[in-house]
Amino acid sequence: MLIDLHNIHKTYNNGQPLHVLKGIDLGIGEGEFVSIMGASGSGKSTLLNILGILDNYDEGEYWLDGKLIKNLSEKEAAHYRNRMIGFVFQSFNLINFKTAVENVELPLYYQGVSRKKRNELAMHFLEHFGLADWAMHYPNELSGGQKQRVAIARALITNPRILLADEPTGALDSKTSVEVMDLLTELNRTEKVTIIVVTHESGVANCTDKIIHIKDGIIGETTLNEQHKASIFGTTTIMK
Amino acid sequence: MKFDTDTYREILDALMRNKRRSFLTGFGIFWGLFMLLFLIGGGNGLKQLLEKNFEGFATNTVIIAANETTKPYKGFKEGRSWNLQYKDIERLKAMVPELEVVTPLLPEWGRTATRDEHNASCSVKGVEADYVKVQAPTMKFGRYLNQVDVMHKRKVCVIGERVWKTLFPDGDDPCGQYICVGGIYYQVIGVDVCTSNINLWGNSADEVTIPFTVMSDIMNSGDKVGVICTVGGPGVNMNELEGRIRQVIARQHYIAPDDKEAMRLLNMEVMFSIIDNLFRGINFLIWLVGIGTLLAGAIGVSNIMLVVVRERTVEIGIRRAIGATPRDILTQIILEGIVLTTVAGMSGIVFSVLLLNLFEVITKHQAVFQIQFGTAVAALLLLMLLGLLAGIAPAYRAMHIKPVDAMRDE
Ligand SMILES: Nc1ncnc2c1ncn2[C@@H]1O[C@H](COP(=O)(O)OP(=O)(O)OP(=O)(O)O)[C@@H](O)[C@H]1O
Ligand SMILES: [Mg+2]
Repeated sequence: MLIDLHNIHKTYNNGQPLHVLKGIDLGIGEGEFVSIMGASGSGKSTLLNILGILDNYDEGEYWLDGKLIKNLSEKEAAHYRNRMIGFVFQSFNLINFKTAVENVELPLYYQGVSRKKRNELAMHFLEHFGLADWAMHYPNELSGGQKQRVAIARALITNPRILLADEPTGALDSKTSVEVMDLLTELNRTEKVTIIVVTHESGVANCTDKIIHIKDGIIGETTLNEQHKASIFGTTTIMK
Repeated sequence: MKFDTDTYREILDALMRNKRRSFLTGFGIFWGLFMLLFLIGGGNGLKQLLEKNFEGFATNTVIIAANETTKPYKGFKEGRSWNLQYKDIERLKAMVPELEVVTPLLPEWGRTATRDEHNASCSVKGVEADYVKVQAPTMKFGRYLNQVDVMHKRKVCVIGERVWKTLFPDGDDPCGQYICVGGIYYQVIGVDVCTSNINLWGNSADEVTIPFTVMSDIMNSGDKVGVICTVGGPGVNMNELEGRIRQVIARQHYIAPDDKEAMRLLNMEVMFSIIDNLFRGINFLIWLVGIGTLLAGAIGVSNIMLVVVRERTVEIGIRRAIGATPRDILTQIILEGIVLTTVAGMSGIVFSVLLLNLFEVITKHQAVFQIQFGTAVAALLLLMLLGLLAGIAPAYRAMHIKPVDAMRDE
């Protein structure tokens, strides 16, 4: 298993302690395409942040590619976030004073890659995503779908093994949602990137091969979805 | 920390693409440095302008003048008028050998000098040749009076700048020409353009200086002397001599030894030290205000950067989420602070230099307002240090922003 979670607990201690994750056990193998579904406030984002090493957990064990992710130094954590994991946010989280191409190349800046090389690689990714014409534009000049594709390009530029996406279509209409999900599916099929998508939308979940339900801080049922028939709205549309 | 060009590109981008924010942050430093340098330069220039008024005047001068007595002594009543005499000069020279110069002066105000149809109001003073040791003249034309002029009672004169310009409107060398004061014709032998205003007997530009002996004859003053100017030798403290000078003269003129009012001693040394102290005080204020403003600027920068870091929480969170280490963030914020303060400070330096230059032009280059190169360099170094210090608190806060903070709603 690429990702192995054993009895993960997480409590937020802002004022009233809030026990969000109450013993998560989860295994995700290399090359899987998984979605996590659950009610609002059930702890999906919390779980994904822990998987992305953006946040830490209180109890249990998180094994990533055979390495225990616990009490990592900031440097090590940064290294994993930079090389191993790509993260896509619901609100895109592009840096607004940087152009599309500059946003995409930023992870390489922290790897110490030269400006020229970064730029070449970033342009290559943008071209691949059909955004070459938009490379010099600032985020506020892009549509939601374009922004999210830029964000995905940024997450992928370091060639990570895992792509984590927290409601990547949450701010998009159904048509662009389909485009984004097609992009992720293609990445999973051709590049063998392990992808975990958190979503509310059954249509989005339907694009993935496995749907994990989370409820009250623990993993509920896990549905295999190889045939992509989980959505009552059919396999090619995402109803909003 | 890495200091490659890439880091600087990143920092310059962050600063340049948030111009308003950068401008507001840097303004405090700009203003602080501008104030400091402008005040230093302005203070120096002002001091020089004021010092022009004392130019050529020997600082260790004591001027002696007679006044009515205020105490009865040896059978004389109080309120008696008396005069300094030429003999007092010989006595002072003999009894107080520390005095390098003891020279008489006979002034008269409110006279008019004429030449053809030109009139100039003037004051006339009779002096001996060694008066130059009390106040050095700045001769534009000709020469000053010498002892031969005095001995032979020559009717010659040295005129001040305004008298010259009024009587000789062409601006020619007036030497050899004659001017008339009080019905007597004097041959002009020199023009003194000394800017000193310390002259107690009128502005030196309005003066006509003639030999003491001639003045004495005209005023029919016999042995009388208007005032006596004394100058101490090198290293002599005039304060310590005052008592002996009083004693020598008081005894001769039957003045009570404790009658301070009867004899006016004007100690220029005291005046000069007062002025010196004044400038020391002004300088202190300049530094206090300047450094204070600069410090306030640096604290302001630090404060604004703190706010800005809070504003940039999401941006920094994103950077952390895609692989920046806390150290990367720390470096970025500190360098941003240094670059910002340096650029803002340099603008402050340039602006103050330009303005001080303008002052020099306005005052017709009479004084040097410009700050020295070393001062500017020192200011720049101080500035970079301040920038570093100003960046520390914001950088420390930025360093503690966590990757999850990228999730925060803006
Ligand atoms: N930083 C935090 N501090 C305190 N409480 C938090 C924090 N983040 C999340 N929570 C709380 O933890 C709970 C789970 O949050 P989480 O964001 O994981 O839910 P979610 O499943 O992603 O919900 P949604 O579908 O609305 O995004 C919520 O009740 C939320 O209010
Ligand atoms: Mg969420």
